Amino acid sequence: MHDPSHRAYWRANLALIARCLGLWFLASFGGGILFREALDAFTVLGVPAGFWFAQQGAIWVFLAVLAYYGWASHRLDQKFDVDDD
Amino acid sequence: MTLQTLTYLVVGASFALYIAIALRTRAASTGDFYVAGGGVHPIANGMATAADWMSAASFISMAGLIAFLGYDGSVYLMGWTGGYVLLALLLAPYLRKFGKFTVPDFIGDRYDSSAARLVAVLCLIFVSFTYVAGQMRGVGIVFSRFLEVDLGVGLVIGMAIVFFYAVLGGMKGITYTQVAQYCVLITAYTVPAIFIALQVTGTPVPQLAFGATLPGESITVLEKLDGVVTELGFRAYTDGAKSTLDVFCVTAALMAGTAGLPHVIVRFFTVPKVSDARRSAFWALAFIAVLYTTAPAVGALARLNLHATLQPGPMTEPAGSLAYAERPGWMKTWEATGLLRFEDKNGDGRIQYYGDANPAFAAQAEAYGWAGNELTVDPDILVLANPEIAQLPDWVIALIAAGGIAAALSTAAGLLLVISSAVSHDLLRRTFVPELTDKQELRAGRLAAAGAILLAGYLGYNPPGFVAQVVAFAFGLAAASLFPALLLGIFSLRMNAAGAISGMLTGLLFTLGYIVAFKGVFMAPLFPNTADAWLLGISPEGIGALGMVLNFAVAFTVSAFTAPPSPATRALVENLRIPRGAGDAKAH
Repeated sequence: MHDPSHRAYWRANLALIARCLGLWFLASFGGGILFREALDAFTVLGVPAGFWFAQQGAIWVFLAVLAYYGWASHRLDQKFDVDDD
Repeated sequence: MTLQTLTYLVVGASFALYIAIALRTRAASTGDFYVAGGGVHPIANGMATAADWMSAASFISMAGLIAFLGYDGSVYLMGWTGGYVLLALLLAPYLRKFGKFTVPDFIGDRYDSSAARLVAVLCLIFVSFTYVAGQMRGVGIVFSRFLEVDLGVGLVIGMAIVFFYAVLGGMKGITYTQVAQYCVLITAYTVPAIFIALQVTGTPVPQLAFGATLPGESITVLEKLDGVVTELGFRAYTDGAKSTLDVFCVTAALMAGTAGLPHVIVRFFTVPKVSDARRSAFWALAFIAVLYTTAPAVGALARLNLHATLQPGPMTEPAGSLAYAERPGWMKTWEATGLLRFEDKNGDGRIQYYGDANPAFAAQAEAYGWAGNELTVDPDILVLANPEIAQLPDWVIALIAAGGIAAALSTAAGLLLVISSAVSHDLLRRTFVPELTDKQELRAGRLAAAGAILLAGYLGYNPPGFVAQVVAFAFGLAAASLFPALLLGIFSLRMNAAGAISGMLTGLLFTLGYIVAFKGVFMAPLFPNTADAWLLGISPEGIGALGMVLNFAVAFTVSAFTAPPSPATRALVENLRIPRGAGDAKAH
């Protein structure tokens, strides 16, 4: 990346991806697998929370992550003037 | 009207719809054939992606597996949807910017190496055929049960339909056919789920019925289910038998595998812009989530209904178990397919269905006069039998048949297209016969698709195991071979051909070797398939995660000791990181 603004764009883009992957990991590997037993002490919509994350919640979080990514990445493209519109 | 006639009618009508769409959208150029000319709206593309990606495994097998596995079934839910997130965040926008037709194209160009392209084609063909075999088994199950034809006849019908719209229509035909198939399969899945949710809990939304309190009782669906199954000696529904590490690895392998599946990646080449690729990924996951959040509810409610049917009275009384002579019609028809089996071990003419592998329950079972579990239920039949178990109207049962066929055919068509483009485009035009014209390439592609359909049909006639299991292996192979090469191609400027090739080969051979050693494909397994024998306690389904780690490790080590990629390759990578300037997907 010889163009400094492109380099800054790529760094900001990597930071955005890292935030999204953090949420992705927390909801699935975190809530549904690693912390499942601790979370099962609570319930969500009548289902033990860890079990709910594994079979329902993780999927809803994934969807929210992609909605956020779609919005935030477009804003990033515009800020660095690299958008494709 | 009989159920048989109704099923023919509903399935026939859905086929007519697909063929009509294929005829209207016939491919005229290689661009249309491979990537639908790059001009499909993100929502339509999202719907087509959802149909492409939700296979027979998702539709037919998944809820059944969850019903019998309980918590352990979560790996499929999280793995397949979570992989979508990886694909959308890490691969889709960049591959769309790159703008070529196929996955081997990207790997060949990025690593500037025909050898890398060939290895990618090899991985792709392994992955796609493993996956297609699972689809064809799904088609076979649906045909043999609902159309009550011989499995072979059913397969030939299915193959002819796929040939018609995949081979003539290409990607353009497939995309619009898949939009229709999504509508058929999601209706077929949710309508019975809503009926059953209403019946059992009084709540029409399956996602809420999952945790609802049972009417007239003070406990929830899952509490009731845990009670019912543990009373019969089974493991509690909300408990898992797999170790945490194995659950982690299987989920990781399924996730990376989803992201590395060539027929899903190629979907992102069909939208006009990079930002559309991101939007399309969101829509695809939204359409997928409708089925995936319904499936756990279907699984739990079906399991509850199954036990209520088989053990209508208390276990302490012999008459509490269902008498074989009074079994409902759906059991008789499934017995005919061999996917449901009854063996009267204690000779009392009644069906005892319980967890006979549980030593803590053995004394109790003996006191009841039970001599072992007498019913074997193939998990693959649960979703299809579900409306019959719940005694829903015949048209709902016919709808399920059409939905199952739609799910299997849409995925099979997408895969066949990927196989045919790998042969005609990557092998012939880009590697061995560069002087091929567009028209000849199109013809070679259609020929390759026809050959692939015949092989897939053969695999469907001699099916290798459970649908979802076979499919899980395809994901493991994709995770260990293609995913790291794609990821490093975008995110590492230093990765070179030697690193990528040795990584892919290591991942593929290690994972394939492990699966063959424990599961035995075309040979007897070398080791018993038990947790004690597994490496670090990781099952063959989850070994792709370890294969992926090996792939990364080998790729980094080898590339560190070999020359860095050329300035032209660096420029290519830097270019695909910037969204602006994505044209239509091109051949070269």
